[in-house]
Amino acid sequence: MIPLDWYLILAAALFALGLFGVLARKNAVAILMGVELMLNAVNINLLAFWRYRAPDQPVGMAFAVIVFAVAAAEVAVGLALFIAVYRRFNSVAADEINLLKW
Amino acid sequence: MTAMQIVFLLTAVVALFSAFRVVTTPNMVHAALWLIVTLSSVAVLYVLLSASFFAVVQIVVYVGAIAILMMFVVMLTRREMRDRGPQLGKQWPWAAVLAVLAFGGLTWLVRSAALPASPVGEVPATSVADLGAALVNPGGFVIPFEIASVLLLAALIGAVYVAWTRRNS
Amino acid sequence: MPTTTLLWLLPVFPLLAFVLIVLFTNRNKALSHTLAVGAAFLSWLGAMVIFVRALKIGPEALAEHPIHSWVNWLPTGDGYLKIGVMVDPLTAAVLFFVAWTIFMIFLYSVGYHNFGYPEGDHDQKGLPPHGATVVDAHGHKHRVPSIEPMYSRFFAYIGLFAAGMYLLAISDNLLTLFVGWEIMGLCSYLLIGFWFAKPSARAAGIKAFMTTRVGDVFMLLGIAYLYTATGTLSFPDIFKPETLHALASTPSHVLGLSAAGLIGVLLFIGTVGKSAQWPLHVWLPDAMEGPTPVSAMIHAATMVSAGVYMVIRMFPLLKAGSMNGAFFSPLAVMGFIGGFTALFAATIAVAQNDIKRVLAYSTISQLGYMVAALGAGSYIAATFHLITHAFFKALLFLGSGSVIHGMEHGVLHTGNHEVDPQDMFNMGGLAKKMPITFWTFLIGGFALSGFPVLTAGFWSKDEILSSSFFGGHPVIFWTLALAAFLTAFYTMRQITLTFLGQPRTPEAEHAHETPWTMTVPLMVLAFFALTAGWVGIPEHFPLLGGLLPNWFHHWVGATYEGLLEEMGWLEHLAEGSLVPLYTSLTVALGGLFFGWLVYKDVRSPDPAQDPLKKALGPVHTLLQNKYYFDELYGLIFIRPAYWLAEVFTFRWVDRGVIDGILHAIARVVFDLGKILAYGFDLPIISGAGDLIGNIVRTFGRAFRVVQTGRVQDYMVAAMTSVVAFGALVYYLLVFAH
Repeated sequence: MIPLDWYLILAAALFALGLFGVLARKNAVAILMGVELMLNAVNINLLAFWRYRAPDQPVGMAFAVIVFAVAAAEVAVGLALFIAVYRRFNSVAADEINLLKW
Repeated sequence: MTAMQIVFLLTAVVALFSAFRVVTTPNMVHAALWLIVTLSSVAVLYVLLSASFFAVVQIVVYVGAIAILMMFVVMLTRREMRDRGPQLGKQWPWAAVLAVLAFGGLTWLVRSAALPASPVGEVPATSVADLGAALVNPGGFVIPFEIASVLLLAALIGAVYVAWTRRNS
Repeated sequence: MPTTTLLWLLPVFPLLAFVLIVLFTNRNKALSHTLAVGAAFLSWLGAMVIFVRALKIGPEALAEHPIHSWVNWLPTGDGYLKIGVMVDPLTAAVLFFVAWTIFMIFLYSVGYHNFGYPEGDHDQKGLPPHGATVVDAHGHKHRVPSIEPMYSRFFAYIGLFAAGMYLLAISDNLLTLFVGWEIMGLCSYLLIGFWFAKPSARAAGIKAFMTTRVGDVFMLLGIAYLYTATGTLSFPDIFKPETLHALASTPSHVLGLSAAGLIGVLLFIGTVGKSAQWPLHVWLPDAMEGPTPVSAMIHAATMVSAGVYMVIRMFPLLKAGSMNGAFFSPLAVMGFIGGFTALFAATIAVAQNDIKRVLAYSTISQLGYMVAALGAGSYIAATFHLITHAFFKALLFLGSGSVIHGMEHGVLHTGNHEVDPQDMFNMGGLAKKMPITFWTFLIGGFALSGFPVLTAGFWSKDEILSSSFFGGHPVIFWTLALAAFLTAFYTMRQITLTFLGQPRTPEAEHAHETPWTMTVPLMVLAFFALTAGWVGIPEHFPLLGGLLPNWFHHWVGATYEGLLEEMGWLEHLAEGSLVPLYTSLTVALGGLFFGWLVYKDVRSPDPAQDPLKKALGPVHTLLQNKYYFDELYGLIFIRPAYWLAEVFTFRWVDRGVIDGILHAIARVVFDLGKILAYGFDLPIISGAGDLIGNIVRTFGRAFRVVQTGRVQDYMVAAMTSVVAFGALVYYLLVFAH
């Protein structure tokens, strides 16, 4: 069978890539994409552990469901914010939104 | 190497590659498309994990809603039809270092723990029903469920409010 | 009323007058003079009552047990310093003449200051009155004398003065005597400088005060030494044989004098100042700046007499001090100074033209007589001359005041203010214009000259000459005889120039007699000038001696007779030779004759036409300028004193050193302040404050680059921390134990 740690390592890799995207990309939407990658990695982790450790209990699945909902909500709000920011600054480049600079 | 493992590896490769392209491609539209690929491969992984319900949810929610939404916003937030300049900020070496460290750390954690090579049991046939029951069970996860729904409501209202254009003041 | 109460009251009446005038009645002239003259009258009455009672007690009894009243005043450790009042025979005689002269002078002052006349046209307080213009019924304008503007003030001052003199006369101790002495010194300053707007009067007042002060300092030293040596200042305690013996035998280590000798000399120096003996005589002629009653009172009858009275009173002490044969023994010093002064002043008087100056130098000379008499050992003769001199000198001064008033009438009449009404060369023929003044002045002048038998001055002067001749002091005798000749000469010169002949100026032409308030005192004093001598006719006098007992000698002599007898110092002079008698007759009559002879034909008012000037030439100039003693003192004492005050004390010490120190301190403090402000406060304290601010700002500037405003930068930072902490925690958890 597929060892659990393969799933976990894959999730870790996806997470690292998502982290890189969040920290390094200029476009705000690209940052949000990185966040989505990280959340997906989390979900993989959760479901992997559920399957291998307690497949008869709904706990893992419930957790994953919640994560889905939260991710969706977050994306919705975030994108709405980006629209608003775009209207104000005419750009969604993260390094150009620096009004709180000293 | 069993068949399952080969499938897994192929899926993993696709997912990782597309994820990499998501974070590195300068073209935003391409990035959104690559995201869709990544999310789909993750759905495949859910299938491999016997979480078929979640595979479907992944496609419907993530790919169908979120990725499409992102595509919309990409379109809405471009001043010109072309993408200008480098899409990576000044701090990307730091980010790369951090990402590598994070991956390295997590991997080392995983490897140092004694993890089972195979699942402990089979998924019961009523797993989805159990999930549903658990979600509305007062002794179960009804509270997180309700809160999540409130959260979605709030997100809905908030998103509408934030993005609303006040044409007639 | 008991005699002692009356005695205590004698100085109180005039003192009360002073206080009341100063505080309340200053504006009311009539009330002020009433208070003053009334007080003088009451004191006179009291003194007369005491005198009669003293006569009733008799001289020996009075000398043995004087009327005495004292109080414990200053607590001094184991006892008290006592002060009190006393009447012994000497005091009774002194009180007699003091009371009469003071009362007469007070009365005279009313008329002298023109009471009853209107206020002047432009009279100012501080200047002598200048006369008023009066319009009579026909519209004619007359100039009349005006009333003195400071009328009440004058009576206040002489009231205080009289209080001082009475206090001195009745004191039974040196302390209150000195108090009275100094009160009179103050009043003489106030009264000489009465017309204070005249610079000459101011200067004269200061000169009088300062000069007598010099004498007073030494006198105070004498009093202090006496107190230290005996522990008492009361006369009854001092004049005990034991005390005198002790003082005479204690050496004082100064000039070979015994304690008594040094005390005597020091006390005598006080008299030198107060009674204007050489060398402290310079103040008395200048004191003529004061109004004439002042000159009469202070400088004839009372204040200068106080000096002589004090040494008469202290005679036993002076005698005790002269027993050890030291060269500067008190009696020897007195004999020299007295005799020298008598002759010295008489020579100056001969060349003076101001009527009051002549009398001033005459006073100095006559006081020299009294001092010389004491030096020759005869205190009774000195007292006799003191009393007669008081009467006739007061008479002469008041008479001169009357003459001056008459001349001022003339000046007002002619309107010529250039004429000096006091210059004798401007007078002449006043005998016809002012008869009462003339006859009384003549009596006074003859008394001064020692006109035989009739006048009091003859008897007292004769007593002095006799006692010096028979006492074995020939130098004193011949000096005084020469001075007597000069006295008669200048007196007759004065009378001739003033009253005899024809008026030499229109002002003298228009002089007229003065009112009764001025002439009555003259007549009263003239009476005493004639008769006062007859109480002292010596027994051995040819023809007249023995008809009347020598009451005076007996009376005053009783004061110290007992004491002197006990000490073995009583001298009984062998009186046989008639040399002194013939000498005094010759010098008196001769002087009078020559005075009249030289001056009877003077016609011109020009003083350069003085016949004596032609005769003596440059000597006359020397005499007229008083031997240049004033200039000499100015050089030796006044100029250095001014230099000390002006340059040394004011400029160098006060402004230079003291102010210099203050300015230096100010500068130092100021510079210190600047240093502290700019060197310490500003850089260090403010700097510290600023530094803190700057550090914070620098750090802020350094650190604020963290706030780029870019979310991703913050996230990178956050992730870095998370990774770091995660590694740390994992390390701690896993590897730490």
